[in-house]
This record gives sequence, C-alpha cells and structure tokens, in this order.
Amino acid sequence: MISIKNVSKWYGNFQVLTDCTTEVKKGDVVVVCGPSGSGKSTLIKCVNALEPFQKGDIVVDGTSIADPSTNLPKIRSRVGMVFQHFELFPHLTITRNLALAQEKVLGRSKDEAMTKGLALLERVGLKDHAHKFPGQLSGGQQQRVAIARALAMDPIVMLFDEPTSALDPEMVNEVLDVMVELAQEGMTMMCVTHEMGFARKVAHRVIFMDKGHIVEDCAKEEFFGDLNSRSERARHFLSKILQH
Amino acid sequence: MQLDWSSIPRASNALWEGFQFSISLTAFAALAGIILGTLLAMARLSSIKPLSMIASGYVNIFRSTPLVIVIYWFYVVLPFIIGRPIGAEHSAYVTFAIFEAAYFCEIMRAGIQSIPKGQVYAGSALGFTYGQNMRYIILPQAFRNVVPLLLTQTIILFQDTSLVYVLGATDLFGAADKIAHRDNTLLEMYVTVAVIYFVISFFLSRLVKHLHSKIAIIR
Ligand SMILES: Nc1ncnc2c1ncn2[C@@H]1O[C@H](COP(=O)(O)OP(=O)(O)OP(=O)(O)O)[C@@H](O)[C@H]1O
Ligand SMILES: [Mg+2]
Repeated sequence: MISIKNVSKWYGNFQVLTDCTTEVKKGDVVVVCGPSGSGKSTLIKCVNALEPFQKGDIVVDGTSIADPSTNLPKIRSRVGMVFQHFELFPHLTITRNLALAQEKVLGRSKDEAMTKGLALLERVGLKDHAHKFPGQLSGGQQQRVAIARALAMDPIVMLFDEPTSALDPEMVNEVLDVMVELAQEGMTMMCVTHEMGFARKVAHRVIFMDKGHIVEDCAKEEFFGDLNSRSERARHFLSKILQH
Repeated sequence: MQLDWSSIPRASNALWEGFQFSISLTAFAALAGIILGTLLAMARLSSIKPLSMIASGYVNIFRSTPLVIVIYWFYVVLPFIIGRPIGAEHSAYVTFAIFEAAYFCEIMRAGIQSIPKGQVYAGSALGFTYGQNMRYIILPQAFRNVVPLLLTQTIILFQDTSLVYVLGATDLFGAADKIAHRDNTLLEMYVTVAVIYFVISFFLSRLVKHLHSKIAIIR
C-alpha cells in the first residue's frame, strides 16, 4: 500500500531524514515512535507529499510520489490525514468541514456529502454537534470530527501525526477508542504516537526513529516482547515513556 | 470677518452630485483594489520567483510615490495606452484602483500569513489544489482577520479621493471648491465639506468596530 524507499530529506544543510525504508501493507497498523525532533512528522508528511524529499521514492497504491507527473492532489485525496492540532477549518460549521472536500474534490452532490458526513459524525458520537463551529467543541471532540472528515473521503490508508498529544489526558481515550475501532475494522494505518497502550492493542508493527533514521522496524510482539534485543536508543526511549 | 452660510443650502445639489462621485469612486477603488490586491498578495507569496518579484516591485513603486503624482501621471499616460482621451473621472477610477491595490495587497498578505501553516496542510491533505485551498480555506479566513484593516484603509481612501480635484473632477471637494471660488465663500464651504468628510469617516470607523465583532471567527 505504502512503500518508502531510501528516502532522504534535507532542510538546507540539515538532514532530517536519512535513507528511510519501510513498507505498510494493506490492513497493516504501523506505529511510529521516537524522540522529539527525530523526523516522525516529516516522514509521515512525505507519504502524502505535504513535504517534498530530495532522495528516494515513496509509492502509494502503485503511484510514485517522487514522479513529477504524478497528480499530487489526487493521490492526497485518497490518503486520510489527522494532525496533532486537529486543523478543522474554524470558519466553517462541522457539517461544512465534513462535506466541503467531498463536494469540491470528489464531486459528490451536496446531499450525498451531507448524508455521508452526518453518518460519520454519528459514528464518532458527535451527531448533536453538526451545526456548531469547531471552536465550540472540546479538543477531543474536534479530533474526532477531524477523523470523520478524513474518513469521509473514503481513504485507502489513514495517517495520524500524534493525534492525542495536544489533548487533555481525560480526552485521550475518546480519540483512541475511535482509532482502535478503525484498526479493528481493517483500516490501513500509519500512526505517529507515543500511546504504547494503543500500539500494544492494535499495532502490527512498530517503527522506532532517531535522528532521521529508522532504527527499529519490527513486529509488535518482537518490539515489546524482548526489550533486551532492542537498540540502546530504543530501550532508553521506551524506559522513559513506559514509566507511567 | 463676516461668515455667510446662506449659500450652503443653495449649493446642496452640486455638493450631492460631488458626494455621489466620491462615494462611487471610493467603492469602486476599494472593491477593485481588494481583488487586485489579493491577487498581488498571492503573487508576492508565491514560490515562483519572477512572479513575487514583479508583485513586490509593483507594491514598492506605488507605496513610495505620492498619490497626487500618480493621479497626474495616469491622467497623462492612460490616453496614450488606450489611444483616446479618457476624462478626469474615468482616469480617477483607474488610478485609484491600481494605486490602492498596492496597499490592499500588503493587508491581504498579512492576512494570508496570519493563517497557520497547518490549515494549508489540512486542505492539501484532503486533496484541494492550490487554488481550492486559497479559495475555500485560506482567503475566507484571511479576509475575516483583516476586515478592520481593509475598512480602515477604505476610510483613508475615501479621504484621499478628494485629491482628484487636481484634475478638475467634481468630487465632493471639487464641487465645494468650485462653488467656494464662484461665491467667494471659501471658509464656509471648506468647513462644510470637512464636516461631511468627518461624519462619513466617523460613521465608517464605527461600522468597522461593529462588523469586527460580528464576523470574527469563533475560536
Ligand atoms: N521547516 C523546517 N525547517 C528547518 N528544520 C525543520 C523544519 N521542520 C522541521 N525541522 C527540523 O526537522 C527535525 C525533525 O522534525 P519533525 O517535526 O519531523 O520531528 P518529530 O519527530 O515529529 O518531533 P516531535 O515529536 O517533536 O513532533 C527537527 O529537528 C526539526 O527542528
Ligand atoms: Mg512531530
């Protein structure tokens, strides 16, 4: 589904990503973790070409991102993305947030987009908030709307960039529950997150990044099962986030 | 000194005509200036170097040239460009639209830059093209954020339209000026139009406050 091949990226002289290679197969749930500044957000943004990269290639459902003739908006419309800070459109109501891209990008009718949007809103438990503006919802509610907005496009894969790290602790679970449900339904997912409970529950693979390198890339059972065979950096990182 | 206010009511028809021209010049220049200024702002922020250079050249030229010179300059040059005489009024419309675009450009640029990069990412991630992102996501928010600045600039523009009297156009001030000289009531006329300019500007600036609270985005 997603195949990342030897991707390197620089900001000026600073190398953010070094020779990153990995794969996300259909139905896979892959969790990406690593210390702050290790390049997790950058890598995941490369997958739907929100960030350009200078070397290597990423192939999404058979389409090369690096190929200059690729229609990037089209490929992006098939890849759902959820951001740390929700990024709902504050000037639009929840329903418009859900319907706009369906209408303008996929060419669905107003009715069709609305019906689909409302169904997804119900699914994330927010049907009663359809006519509110994003600023009137709590962080957890906004993030659930953001997930619904991405799902409304019928994505073939979902990318999550620390979807719960900007939330108050009591709101983390309402968002994770939606994500767990998605994973259990077989959605292909690539999630940057430090929620190791989530990783343990639904991930198939865990990737650990450090300083722009993919240091670990293994099955969940292997990653959590045998900490002693993990790299020094990964052990150090895990010991810090698994404390609580 | 003896003031004679009796000629003011008699002048009201002429003043009203002049006033209408001032208002329509202001409205046209504001509308055209905002549209042109928005395009210029997008060009200035473009990653295509030549485009952003042309746009910033445009802005810098008009922002560092006195308006009255630009008014004369266009009056002289425009007939050459279109190949026939254009008249003071039409020349004023074109001049103000083009001149004000430079100022509105800077306001819209600030507005666009005030939108967090995450919004652009979110729009792009949904599959919006650059144009759709601008139209549906960025510009509507940018515009709301700078409405007070746009209106404030429009108030300045309204006052600046009085400069078209140098072309002999009869805007509000031009009309007053003509009557003032004809009837030898300079002071009375100038006071009268000053009051009119003040009242309109004051009313508009109150409107700015009112609108701002109305259209602000709920955050
Ligand atoms: N636009 C930019 N220009 C220059 N450097 C940048 C830019 N964006 C990110 N970086 C740098 O690239 C590195 C990787 O950033 P990235 O956001 O991918 O890290 P991350 O792993 O997601 O970290 P976090 O856990 O804090 O979100 C960081 O050192 C960051 O400072
Ligand atoms: Mg990050």
